[in-house]
Amino acid sequence: MTDNKKKIVIAGATSAIAEHCARLWVSEAAVDLTLIGRNSDRTERVAADLRVRSPQSVFRILEADFIDPLAIRQLVDGIVAEGSVDIVLIAHGSLPDQAVCQQDLTACHEALTVNGISPVLFAEAFAGHMQKANRGTLAMIGSVAGDRGRKSNYVYGAAKGLVTRYAQGLQHRLANTGVKVVLIKPGPTDTPMTAHLKQQGARLASVENVAQLIVKGITQGKPVVYVPAKWALIMMVIRHLPRFVFNKLEI
Amino acid sequence: MVAVSSWGRLSKRQHEVVALSDRDHVIQQLKSSRSGIAHGMGRSYGDVCLNPDGVLWNTTGLDRFISFDESTGLLACEAGVLLRDIQRLVMPQGWTLPVTPGTQLVTVGGAIANDVHGKNHHVLGSFGDHVQRIKLIRTNGAATECGPDLLPDWFSATVGGLGLTGVITEAEIQLRRVPGPWLATETVPYGNLDEFFRLADDSEADWEHTVSWVDCISGEVGRGIFMRGNPAHVDHRPEPKNRKLTMPLVPPISLVNRLSLRPFNMAYFNLKKRQAGSGIAHYESFFYPLDNLLEWNRMYGPKGFFQYQSVVPREVGREAVRAMLGEIARSGEGSFLAVLKTFGNRQAVGMMSFPQLGVTLALDFPNQGERTLKLFERLDAIVREARGRIYPAKDARMPRDLFESGYPRLKEFIQYRDPGISSAFSRRLMEN
Ligand SMILES: Cc1cc2nc3c(=O)[nH]c(=O)nc-3n(C[C@H](O)[C@H](O)[C@H](O)COP(=O)(O)OP(=O)(O)OC[C@H]3O[C@@H](n4cnc5c(N)ncnc54)[C@H](O)[C@@H]3O)c2cc1C
Ligand SMILES: NC(=O)c1ccc[n+]([C@@H]2O[C@H](COP(=O)([O-])OP(=O)(O)OC[C@H]3O[C@@H](n4cnc5c(N)ncnc54)[C@H](OP(=O)(O)O)[C@@H]3O)[C@@H](O)[C@H]2O)c1
Repeated sequence: MTDNKKKIVIAGATSAIAEHCARLWVSEAAVDLTLIGRNSDRTERVAADLRVRSPQSVFRILEADFIDPLAIRQLVDGIVAEGSVDIVLIAHGSLPDQAVCQQDLTACHEALTVNGISPVLFAEAFAGHMQKANRGTLAMIGSVAGDRGRKSNYVYGAAKGLVTRYAQGLQHRLANTGVKVVLIKPGPTDTPMTAHLKQQGARLASVENVAQLIVKGITQGKPVVYVPAKWALIMMVIRHLPRFVFNKLEI
Repeated sequence: MVAVSSWGRLSKRQHEVVALSDRDHVIQQLKSSRSGIAHGMGRSYGDVCLNPDGVLWNTTGLDRFISFDESTGLLACEAGVLLRDIQRLVMPQGWTLPVTPGTQLVTVGGAIANDVHGKNHHVLGSFGDHVQRIKLIRTNGAATECGPDLLPDWFSATVGGLGLTGVITEAEIQLRRVPGPWLATETVPYGNLDEFFRLADDSEADWEHTVSWVDCISGEVGRGIFMRGNPAHVDHRPEPKNRKLTMPLVPPISLVNRLSLRPFNMAYFNLKKRQAGSGIAHYESFFYPLDNLLEWNRMYGPKGFFQYQSVVPREVGREAVRAMLGEIARSGEGSFLAVLKTFGNRQAVGMMSFPQLGVTLALDFPNQGERTLKLFERLDAIVREARGRIYPAKDARMPRDLFESGYPRLKEFIQYRDPGISSAFSRRLMEN
């Protein structure tokens, strides 16, 4: 019965960005959605909302350890065993306090793991299956912060940079297959992750808008999607600023 | 700190904005917070949703549905869900919010806390009449559930309670059946207030929705356009495309002014008069005519604007409305956003709810400082004498005596207030 439904898997399903992507997907058509979160109560709440929005969709909630490679392998094998997937969105991440990371190596380690290593392990676990099936779109949320290291958040930026380089390699590997790899790079977006920035008066993109652009980018299978699009230009400038200029910037 | 305005844009003061997004985390957030007030979409015109230099608990991240029973129409959701999202979800399934204000860009929590009304007050009362459960979090960490049959006193204090009894995190609303997204409408021009009241009375039995636009420059005569509608079954009609425009900037002076008001009102009246008759309208354009013009509140210029909305009892309604329209016309102020409508004979559930049997007049006024405030004092005198009241959701300046005389259950209500909650409105009119 679920055969004709698009099969979508989201890791980090409680992320505000991912949740809004999911709302858009279920509003387009009934889907078969697997939601992976580290806490099943929180994930269930997201699922309940989506169920109301789309009673015809099918939902599965999986609680997971996001750090343990073997657990990730097992989890993903289990998901894929039930049929090949159309879309995988790897969304989890957390914005660490850079100053704390500089002092506390445990915090630094955690930030690198959750933003860099964990998403790559998830992607790698899916990639082999998708290659075999020769279909599907694998999307990862990186960040504009991964484009150039800067003093205010380079630990986070380094982890996102890892995701960027990884996605690039995976795109190369899967270039001649039916699998598309999409790297999403949001600019500052209004979600719980940036609540403290908002309080300081930062200008943030609306999460609805960002999700809309992400869903569109995934549908089109674009290799790199900056959201909102203006960040492509801004980051091109930032990447190319000569060091003597860049080093003077308070960013 | 962030600068925050309400819909009237009368002030732009600094607030510490705390985003609520996880309903189970709200208790912790409130317990560790300084005194604050819940803030939904900030669609209130005045200061009920403001707390300058203090905390605002922004509820728009509490935007999840919890459950919907398609067979009974009972919807449970978080308090930051927008009425728009409810309507768009349930309308295709043949359900609708029983009561909806003139914009759908408001939150469920805001709709409860102001106990908002729609065009069908005489049939279905106000928003709170359809709320079955509220989950309320107090700043001391207590979580309470209340409803018409559960702690009804708390329910009655919280519906229309202006956010002062706690923060609502979840609500259950009983929706009602509709045949679809369309309404059969009728537009009838009226030449004076007598005709208005006759139309209103004649429409009560057969029309669910009634409202009218009143031409504020016509003065005591009170001519206008009466609109009424009923949910209707319409086959095979494509839903209108959503075209949105945004008011691109704040003009240096109000676009609504003495020069523009008269020609605009004349043109509008004559246009509508020509369009009089029956028609079919989509619910979004019938209920929310302004929602496609985003940020229209900017048109009143940098000083912002007031809305003055009163309700006066039916027996003295005609005289009081006549007197108010006279004052307004003589002052030369006002705007084309002017609504005159009757409320039916229904006791609202909230101790502090605004709607009561009578007639309500609502008008926007560009902020011209002293001149505008002086006019309001003259209007207050009329409302006071008529034993009417002013709507807190729209208010930024009513005098205290009028608040106290308009809301006789105020003393009772105050016992339910949360001591950790305070707004600019509550400080202005209730000491703290
Ligand atoms: C174009 C337009 C048309 C309108 N038409 C009508 C109309 O026809 N009828 C009508 O009645 N009103 C009308 N209004 C007013 C509007 O419906 C109310 O002001 C409504 O309460 C705004 O909801 P909000 O989510 O923006 O809340 P806010 O304005 O942000 O807050 C309103 C009040 O609710 C409280 N509140 C908000 N969320 C919570 C919560 N979770 N828990 C506890 N308290 C909370 C706030 O503290 C505040 O006291 C209109 C407004 C506009 C702009
Ligand atoms: N918001 C922005 O400005 C912005 C900008 C660029 C990129 N991004 C990226 O966009 C993605 C989504 O972020 P968001 O803005 O939607 O933030 P969010 O709403 O705060 O979501 C963060 C998500 O990451 C999960 N998570 C956090 N720490 C984790 C950990 N240690 N282990 C496992 N899961 C963890 C959270 O799970 P719980 O719900 O269980 O906590 C949640 O699902 C992230 O990759 C983020 O880096 C965001």
